[in-house]
Amino acid sequence: MNSKAKSAAIFKENLQNFFFVLPALTIFCIFYIYPFLNMIFLSFHEWRGIGPMHFTGLQNYKELMGDHLWWNSIWHAGYITLIALTFQNALAFALALACDRDIRMKQFYRVVFFLPPVLSEVVVGLIWNWILNPQMQNGQYIGLLNHLLYTSGLPQLVHNWLGDPKTALTTIAIVNSWKGFGWGFLIMLAGLQTIDKQLYEAARIDGASGWKTFTNVTIPMILPVLLVVVILTILGCMQVFVLILSMVNEGLVNHTDVPVTRILSAMTGTNRFGYACAEAMIFGLILVCVSFVMKRLSDKAKQA
Amino acid sequence: MRKLITLCSCLMLIALAGCSQTPKASNKIILWHWMTDRNDTLQKLAQQYQQETGIEVSIQLYAPSESYSQKVIAAAQANVLPDIYGILDKKSIVADFIKAGLVADLTNAMDADGSRWKNSLFDKALADRRFDAGNIYGVTPGIFGVPIDVSNEQMLYNKKLLSKAGISTPPKTFDEFIKDSQALSRVGVIPFVSGWGELWLLDCFASNYAFNIMGEEKIFATYRGQIKYTDPDWIKVFNVFVALRDKGVLMDGIVTKGNKYAEQDFALERAAFTFNGSWCVNVYHNMNPNLDYGVIPPPPISSMHTLKIWGSAGSSFVVNAGSPNKDKAIAFLKWLTAKEQQVILAQETSNLPSNKEALSVISSILGEFAKGMDQSTHPNIWPLNEDPLVSEAFDRGLQAIIIGERTPQQVALDVQTVKDRQMAKGH
Repeated sequence: MNSKAKSAAIFKENLQNFFFVLPALTIFCIFYIYPFLNMIFLSFHEWRGIGPMHFTGLQNYKELMGDHLWWNSIWHAGYITLIALTFQNALAFALALACDRDIRMKQFYRVVFFLPPVLSEVVVGLIWNWILNPQMQNGQYIGLLNHLLYTSGLPQLVHNWLGDPKTALTTIAIVNSWKGFGWGFLIMLAGLQTIDKQLYEAARIDGASGWKTFTNVTIPMILPVLLVVVILTILGCMQVFVLILSMVNEGLVNHTDVPVTRILSAMTGTNRFGYACAEAMIFGLILVCVSFVMKRLSDKAKQA
Repeated sequence: MRKLITLCSCLMLIALAGCSQTPKASNKIILWHWMTDRNDTLQKLAQQYQQETGIEVSIQLYAPSESYSQKVIAAAQANVLPDIYGILDKKSIVADFIKAGLVADLTNAMDADGSRWKNSLFDKALADRRFDAGNIYGVTPGIFGVPIDVSNEQMLYNKKLLSKAGISTPPKTFDEFIKDSQALSRVGVIPFVSGWGELWLLDCFASNYAFNIMGEEKIFATYRGQIKYTDPDWIKVFNVFVALRDKGVLMDGIVTKGNKYAEQDFALERAAFTFNGSWCVNVYHNMNPNLDYGVIPPPPISSMHTLKIWGSAGSSFVVNAGSPNKDKAIAFLKWLTAKEQQVILAQETSNLPSNKEALSVISSILGEFAKGMDQSTHPNIWPLNEDPLVSEAFDRGLQAIIIGERTPQQVALDVQTVKDRQMAKGH
């Protein structure tokens, strides 16, 4: 085969391959690339969703830099994430460790622990709204939590959990952790089950205590999995909003605002699509940076 | 290989052809709506219309209303709106739809036959989608929508709970309301609940008292930037909420309560008073058919100005100006708002009819709501509206007062700061 025929064959093969990926590429461009580029374009404009757009340059970004409600919402999302990273993941890890052992009704616990994540966030919000209801009727608390606190001799702890700025965000963060711990549990349990049992056997023969085995075998072996869980937790919790809408509606003053509710508020409340896009851009950038840092940490941990 | 390229090219051509397809006139009209509670009745009426005229009306429900709104905006951007649809947004956004050529002017149809159609409808409901000469939105004057029902927001009281506290008649003044609330508290009844987690409802209640305390001219002067929110009259408006908070009138957690929960609380007799819209008659009936309640306007705090309640078109439809079935769509809306169909809608959905002639068939409780239409107003019919960011600061400020976090003076300053900033930007 001469070189001309060879290059024609390569071209034909490349073209053929291109047509195979074309449908996926087209869908990706239409549903991902185009909206993304359009969002960048809109972030430089003032637009109310319909009608003419007005180019405003960096005005939306400038305003965003000085918008303390926006930066507060980032802090709120960070706080929810922090609670999830500590409380939620510690709980998930502890339960995964428990279920990895030979305990009775192991399968039952696995199913129960995985129930909250499969529930819709709206349903979770409704359930917890009832549990946290602060009202009384006929001398009894309607909400389960306050009812239990009152009947168990702790009336001083009865509280309007979602109506008090001091407790509203923490309450939401805890409910979010309750809803999310099942995912971490499942991934960590899968990670624990991949650890070679011979390593535990070797540690036992060497006389390692339970704690030594945990710190020197379990933790190093599961570290990559833990980092995956941490990244997923950060990305998931920073974007939480359905749960908040279903628990406190449009929010308790500005104490329960998170970035996505601010973006929604800019779009549907004040009809500032351009500003909402600028918020989305900055928020996306923050998430990309966090993911990048976590990826670097993950790579370093794997190397170690 | 050739076959593959030909196949892909054909698919692309079909897709492109689909994009450029122009709508053609047909005997089928498409209507998009968001009203879950009225869907069955609308479907039934559409079938009746087809039997009478041979024109098929496809009633398509997209709920909840937030998703519906997003669908309409997306369809407007893609120019694929149906023949009839509703715009669930501020009047300024409706104006944008009109200016974009997406809404037909119905003035001629309304004025035909000696304005028979127009005169049959509540004027305040029509005003919701009417643009007068010299309107601030820059829209050519005309009527751009048809109300299929009307609604207003008033106070409701539970007769059984009031009598439990020894109250025989509902309060006529704000002071009486506070006294009644305290009497209710003494017998262990929560006085008042409302869905103030939805800011518009809180804004509506505050607006009622703003009209009562300072009158509409002063409110509009504030919107124009001529009066400050730190004005003593605005402080009085904020103080209404201080009084409600300090006298123990409000149910715990009211500022994060969604209206559906507030409706549940009132229907299950957990609170004696509520503030809600006329659609609640249907909701309460479904939740507790034995609920015995009455309707009053919020009790006025001052006798200087009339307390105005919000009331306007409950649900309106517009006709797509680009629809090839425009005339058929207008004819259907005319039929839908005629007395016979309005009677069916009112009876089956317990909403106030937009046709005045259908009022005779409504229930007594809806009749009490209907009386309020005379003293109703609505942001959609005001000559101007407040900047949305200022409104947001105002409503958040009210929440902060209710939870005891800010004083009226602090909130007034906060709101004025946002107002000054928006004024400086030319908004």
